[in-house]
Parts: sequence; C-alpha cells; structure tokens
Amino acid sequence: MSDALLDVRDLVVRYGTVTAVDHVSFTVDAGETLALNGPSGCGKSSTVAAVLQLRRPEGGEVRFEGRELTTLAERELRPLRPRMQPVFQDPYGSLSPRHRIRDAVAEPLKVQGRWNPADGPARVAELLDRVGLDPAYGDRFPHELSGGQCQRAGIARALASEPRLLVLDEPVSALDPSIRAGVLNLLTDLQDELGLAYLFICHDRAVVRHFADRAIEMRAGRLVTA
Amino acid sequence: MKSQSEPTSDVTPDVTSDVTSDVLLSVRDLRIAFDGVAAVRGLSFDVREREVLAVVGESGAGKSLTTRALLGMLPKGATTSGTVRLRGETDIAAQRGRRIALVPQDALSALSPVHPVGDQLAAAVRSVAGVSRKEARARAVSALDRVGIPDAVRKARAYPHEYSGGMRQRAVIAMATINEPDVVVADEPTTALDAELQEQVLRVLGEQREAVGAALVLVTHDLGVVREHADRVLVMYAGRQVEQGPTERVLARPRAPYTAGLLASLPPDAPESEPGARRRRLPSIPGSPPTPDALPPGCAFAPRCPLAEDHCHQEEPGSWTADAGHDVSCHRWDEVPYPATELFLEQPV
Repeated sequence: MSDALLDVRDLVVRYGTVTAVDHVSFTVDAGETLALNGPSGCGKSSTVAAVLQLRRPEGGEVRFEGRELTTLAERELRPLRPRMQPVFQDPYGSLSPRHRIRDAVAEPLKVQGRWNPADGPARVAELLDRVGLDPAYGDRFPHELSGGQCQRAGIARALASEPRLLVLDEPVSALDPSIRAGVLNLLTDLQDELGLAYLFICHDRAVVRHFADRAIEMRAGRLVTA
Repeated sequence: MKSQSEPTSDVTPDVTSDVTSDVLLSVRDLRIAFDGVAAVRGLSFDVREREVLAVVGESGAGKSLTTRALLGMLPKGATTSGTVRLRGETDIAAQRGRRIALVPQDALSALSPVHPVGDQLAAAVRSVAGVSRKEARARAVSALDRVGIPDAVRKARAYPHEYSGGMRQRAVIAMATINEPDVVVADEPTTALDAELQEQVLRVLGEQREAVGAALVLVTHDLGVVREHADRVLVMYAGRQVEQGPTERVLARPRAPYTAGLLASLPPDAPESEPGARRRRLPSIPGSPPTPDALPPGCAFAPRCPLAEDHCHQEEPGSWTADAGHDVSCHRWDEVPYPATELFLEQPV
C-alpha cells in the first residue's frame, strides 16, 4: 500500500495488437517531481494519456488521491479532473488562437462553476501575475505573446483549476534557450509554494537531473531501471 | 522602428579578410528586410574549407533567413543587400545541390511523399551528373548504405512514411551529400528528434561531411551541440552578430552578456549532481527576445542585460576583437564576468 498522490500499477495500453505500455508501475508523492523519459515511441505519451484518463487503459490501475480512476464513470471522474492538469509542449498549440489570454485562464473557472463575476477578473489577474505575466497581457491573443509568455499563460490556466498534480509534457523543449531557465524556475517556485506534484516528461538529461527528485525511463513500453 | 542603415555598421571590421584562399563561403554585410522591417542587420562571416561553423540564435534572431540566403532561396518580397559568395561566385541558387546543399529541419516535408526515397536520391544525382538511371540508382543505394540505413537496397524502394524519424533524417543527409558539395548547411537538423537520435544523426552528418570533404554550417540553438561539433561559433541576436570566434574560446570565455547568460542558464551537466539538487534556482535571462518589428533602440539585448547602462540603450555597439579571431559586439564586453552565474541570478521579472 502507498499513500502516494498518484499510484500507477501494471498500466497496459494497447492499440490493436500493439502494446504501447506494458505493465508500467510508478508513484508520485505530493510535492514531488518524477521525471519520465525515454526515446520517441517508447510509450510516454500513452502513459500520460492513461494517467489523465484521456484514454482508458487496457489494464492496470491509476490511483489518484487514493481513488481508482480506471473504473470510474466519466461523470464520477469530472470532479477529479481539475486536480490533475496537463501542460503541453507547444505553448501556442495549447491555447485557442481565438481566445484572449484572460478568457483562456478564466475558462476552467467557468466550466467548473467557480466563476464569480465580482472577483473572477481579479482571480485571473492574480494567476497571470503568479506566473510572471503582466496582467495587462490578459487582453492579448496567444499570437501576440512570445513562446515563453504563452507557456506561462498555459501554466496559469492549469493553476486556475487548483490542481495537486501537473503533468508536464516537455514543457520547455519548444522554448528558446534564453527563456527555458525562467520557466523552470517558475515551476520550482510554484511547487515550493503550492506543494504541487509534477509528472515531468523530458528528453534533456541535464534538465532532468536538475529538476527532478527521481527519474524513471521507458523503452518499448516497459520501465527500465535507470 | 529601426532604419536599415545603421551608423555603426561601418565600424564592423572585416574580421576574416586577413585569412586567404581557403575561404569557401563568404558573407559580407548581409541585410534582409521585409516591408522595411529588418530581420538580418549586417552579418559578415566566412566559412573555410572543411570547417564546422555553428550559427546559434533563437527565434527571431534571423538564423533561418541567413540559412536561406546562403542557399539562394530567400522568399519573394525579401529586400536584401550585401553579398554571399561561394568560391567567389554570387549566383548561389545555380550551385544549390552541387556545391552547396541543405539538410533541412523537417525531413518529412523535405522528401516527396509520393516517390520512393531511392528515386529521389537518384534524381538528385541525375540533376547534376550525366549518368544513367541505373548508375544513379546504384549511387542512391550506396549513399543510403553509407548513412547507416540497414538493407539499403530494399529501403531505397520504400517511401518516406515507411522510414522512422531518425532514418528519414539520415536519408536527407544522404541526399545533401550525394553530390559531394563543398558546403553543407544544416538547419536545426536534430530539433525534432529525441536525445539518442540527435547524437546518431549528428554523428552521421559529421561522418558524411568528412567523407566528402565538405564544410558545415550548423544552425542550432543547442550549445551542447556547438561544444561537441563546431570549430567556430557565431552567436546571433535580433538579426546581428553578438559574438563570433573559435568554439573553445567563446564557450570558455564568452565576452557578450547574451552568450554568457545562455551558458549560465544551462542546468549543470555534472554527473555528480544528484536528482533533487534542483532546489537551487537556475540563473536566467529575464524577458524575451524581441521581434524584428519591435526592436529596442541601442543594443537589442540591452532591455534584458544586467550590465546595460544608459549608453547601451542609445547606441548600437560596434565590433571589438577580444582575442585572436574572437569578436564581440557589446559596449561592455571587457567587463562581462565569467562565469556569469551571479549576474543572471534572481533577476526581477
């Protein structure tokens, strides 16, 4: 037994006859960063999709905050989804090009029924400020921001749901080198302040060594011992 | 908004004019603009025989446009001035595929999806050499074999979608080197690949370059790649050169704050640093690189530079020689500390 925040056991993901994830098990504790790496096609993204229940796995368990997710109906999952939020690689692709930044950040609050016109805008401004963006940027569209600013907006949007776990899928690999360190520092600060747990997908070994508490590696669908 | 004519451009010394005959590719005061917006603002460099020159810069630095100018394939609507000479010749487009060739970033879109890979290589051969189809096909197969594609005879008949990402990138390297060019230009050739494939592809690129005796212009944003593979490095920022010199000198003692900041912000790649050593914040460069249509006055890096003083915000720096073959464009180049860790820690957002 474990009281890990996320406890993945014997996860299996199959596409037809292809086994993309083959009995993978790992845990992520609250406030901890677990790096998951491996070459293209090793099953990282399938693992992430199954953890987030974006795709139901063919086998195994995904326990989050002690609840087994794979057997829950979508209706039962919905209140849990805000607590595990993804941040994607492509900062522009993860925000709608037709929504202003402030609307993108407000959207989770509205969808989750937590939007209050009286203090909602102030909450959005606070979130933008928290990720190092001038709240005035809320008026802009994603294409009017740099890649790093856009990625910060994506993080602000994820934080709006008040998650306990962020699934960071190559969050800095598409960013210019001069702004990567700033985004990594932001993630470090947020973890310290909010006690967030991170499942961190990353290719760069130096970044993993710097950023992660522990690292696991996948090859051809299986975990290998590092 | 910047005008295209810059008062300081005549300060830029012709840094490599003292070096003589082994210059293959020579770029002088290259300027590229679109609708009056200057994207490349006076770039000069040489590529010598068999040398590997890394061009480092981030989005908006102008490195992709520079690459295109080297190959004579600038988009329509570009206003250019300055010269690009390949062995003295200015009509680069006529030499593309023969004396100079491109390894593009995205191998999938560089290959035709509707023709077998071998046919595409053979067509590249026949576009230059008057050889039979049979001979061209044989050369295509041996080129695929040389870049480490297993079962090259069979793979030559396969289509690009039947290749893995790494194999595709090998195939475009085979295509770029098949006519034994003098210069290979590789535009971020490994950006789309994972770490292991990056190593393999760079090794293959290096081997093929050696085999055909070509020089290599390697466009990258990865300083680790520069360290491993480049003889010289040219660092670009906002359309200009900020620093150029022998790789070991530039990386060991960067003179431009931008280069120093980039190096300082890399996570330490020391094997002894254990996971979880991360509670230390990384040094980081504040802000974002400017877009060409919104360049700040003076030095383009000044708004992000912890060393900037009034002067830097007013006047664009000229070029200074820090040591032999190592040039820098920074008003305060001789005050840049190294390592610059302290300089770039805890910058206010």
